[in-house]
This record gives sequence, structure tokens and C-alpha cells, in this order.
Amino acid sequence: MAKIIAGIGTSHVPAIGVAVDQGLTQEPYWKPLFDGYGPVRDWMAQAKPDVVILVYNDHCVAFSPASIPTFAIGVGDEFKPADEGWGPRPVPVVKGDSALSWHLAESLVLDEFDLTIMNQMEVDHGLTVPLSITCGQPKEWPFKVVPIEVNVVLFPQPTGRRCFALGRAIRKAVEAYPEDLRVVVFGTGGMSHQIHGERAGLINKAWDTAFLDDLTADPQRLTAMPHVEYMREAGAEGIEMIMWLIMRGALGDDTKEVYRHYHVPASNTAAGLIVLENR
Amino acid sequence: MNEPLRNRTAKEELEDIPGTYVFNRERCRQGLHLNLLFSSLLKAENRTEFLTDETKYLAKFPLTEEQRRCVLERDWSGMLKVGGNIYHMSKLGGTDQRSFQYLAGAMSGMTQDQYRAMMVQGGRGIEGNRSRKENAGGKS
Repeated sequence: MAKIIAGIGTSHVPAIGVAVDQGLTQEPYWKPLFDGYGPVRDWMAQAKPDVVILVYNDHCVAFSPASIPTFAIGVGDEFKPADEGWGPRPVPVVKGDSALSWHLAESLVLDEFDLTIMNQMEVDHGLTVPLSITCGQPKEWPFKVVPIEVNVVLFPQPTGRRCFALGRAIRKAVEAYPEDLRVVVFGTGGMSHQIHGERAGLINKAWDTAFLDDLTADPQRLTAMPHVEYMREAGAEGIEMIMWLIMRGALGDDTKEVYRHYHVPASNTAAGLIVLENR
Repeated sequence: MNEPLRNRTAKEELEDIPGTYVFNRERCRQGLHLNLLFSSLLKAENRTEFLTDETKYLAKFPLTEEQRRCVLERDWSGMLKVGGNIYHMSKLGGTDQRSFQYLAGAMSGMTQDQYRAMMVQGGRGIEGNRSRKENAGGKS
């Protein structure tokens, strides 16, 4: 049977991808951030997941203003890196696990989570930067990826509670899958940041720290948090943090934090990373 | 409704956040064609065509005069006020080879270097940046 062994929460800042692609990771600006990614790469190399269910948001690339699904799942065999306006990232094509994706899609819709089915979809930095953070620059990504995309751009985004419940339903679906697969769930985005308006550049380390703490200490506080609190306290784009709750919901009640890294700044953003293992 | 009130956010609460333009239904509707224009710049050939003759390219989209002006003058703050979404706007930034940090600096009245320095110092603090009402010292 398939099993979720752990969850990883990580920022997906586009400039982190640029730093990797252009070989800047040892520059003084970037070194402290990338030094903190060493342990998670070691952890991933040891954990050897077969599949990563990667929860992320598209940044108006795969989805134009013409259509804005609240939740979507990629069910194809592969997902090409998208041209986001600067040309596509020079990273490997992301390989899907179509059979598992379809199983998840069916199970989730029958459990009343009505995801949009994406047979074809290009993926932007929201999906590829977490791969670079956790894997570096391999010739091929060392696992298959099931992309789950969340609208965090247009208000109202799904509530944190809904995201957590979706995570629960993902866990149920994975545990019902007959193939022996080791699965890690990524929740991506955040942490505090605002990239528009006169308040651009907002960072709230105290809020971020409390969020990281409560992923294990008090997830109920996080699932009850209204949109306005994310947007006011963590920046308008800090609402991305709801996606970490899908990851948290996919883990068991009892989880252990095994690694954490936090650094300001990564371009406009507070970069956070946490590894949670199921006990 | 069965939902507890604390999990529901009212428009007024979002509009009370200073220096922030939450992309909501009004802005989505107001900025639809502006954002479709930005979205078209995801294709390299469209970026070239746009840069060759911006006015001609813009004529393909039913924009308001103010939306057109904001694009031609690269008035990034102005775009936010006529329905522009930052992620869509970033495609125009990419077309201009500008970084997100440049755009963020421009919208908050700083040069890219000043903005970058602020971020290296830990970013813009939350104190004094929570609420327009609080900042005005008034009550609702």
C-alpha cells in the first residue's frame, strides 16, 4: 500500500530558482539561505520518496484570467516548465504518476472535493523551485510528481480549514492505493511577503515563527485563521500559507518536526522550510 | 450560515489594510482585459510584437484610456488601481527585463537599491502597517 511518510513546507520564491539556475547560490546574498537547504537535501536523499504530491499555486501562467479553478490536479505523464515571461527555467521536465493522479482525482471528487482535472498543464516556479530547493540540479528529478494547484491569487481563496480537510482526503486516498509507494507531500509558498502596493516588502518574523511552531503544537489555531489575518499580518501574498495546511492535513495527528530553516530575505520574501515526519 | 464568523472575511477588513489592493471580484472584473493583455506576453513572439509597437499592440485589447496610459507609462501603482493583478503585471515586468524587486520598489516609492537594502535589513515591519483606521487614530 502507498504511504505518506512525511511533509515538507517550503517557500517557492522565483528568485531562488534564478539563483540556482545562474550559479549564484554561494554568493554572500544567497549563501545563508542555501546553507540551510543542505540538511533537507540529505533528508530527501535518505527518504527516497517514489512520489511527491506537490501542493502549489500557479502564478497566472497555466491559468490565464479566463479561468481560475479553486483546486486543480495534474493527471498527465509529464509537466513542462513554463515560460513565465523571462523564458522557461532550464530544469528537467517534471514526470507525473498518471495512475496515482487519476486515483486521487476520483477519490477526492467522490469525497466531495471538486478538483479541476488538468490533462495538460505547464508548471511555473511555484512547482519547480521547491524541486530545486530539495534536490539541487539533477539531470532528472528523482521522483514522480502529482501537482495539486490552489487558487491563492483571487479572493476568496479556499479557507485554511478547507485546505486542511483536503489534506485529510488526500491521505485517505493515498492509503487506499494498492501500489507500495513512499509518498512525501509538499506544501509550498509564503512565508510572510507582500509584492504589490505601497506596503510591498512586508515581513513578519514573529507571525512566521508562530505558524511554524503551530504546525505541530496547535494546527487547530491555524485552520481557524481567517483570510484577513494572513493578509494583514503576513502580507497580501502571505495567504499562500494556506497551502501548507493541505500538507499538514495529509499527515497524521501526531507529527514530529525534524528540521526547520528560516531566512530573510529571499528577494521580497521570508523564506521558510520545515520537515515534518509522521510518528 | 453554519460557518463561524471568525473564518469569514469581510471586504471592509481587507480594504482596511494599508498600501494593499487585494485582488477581489471588483478588481478581477475591472482589470479583466488589462490582465488578458499581460497574460498574452507569456508568448515570446507577443513580447517582441508588443515592444516593436506598444500602441498598436494595445489596440487589440478593449482597455480604458487610463489602463492604456498606465501600461505605456509603466505606472505600476496606477495599474493596481485599475484592476491590474501583480502576477499578471509581472509578465510586463518580464517583457521589460525587470525583476519583482524593481516592481515592488516602484510601487512603494523606492529605487530598486533602496528596496533591496530594506529587505536585507529584515523587510518592512508590521507595526504601523496593519490598519488604516488604526493609523488614522480613529475608530470605526
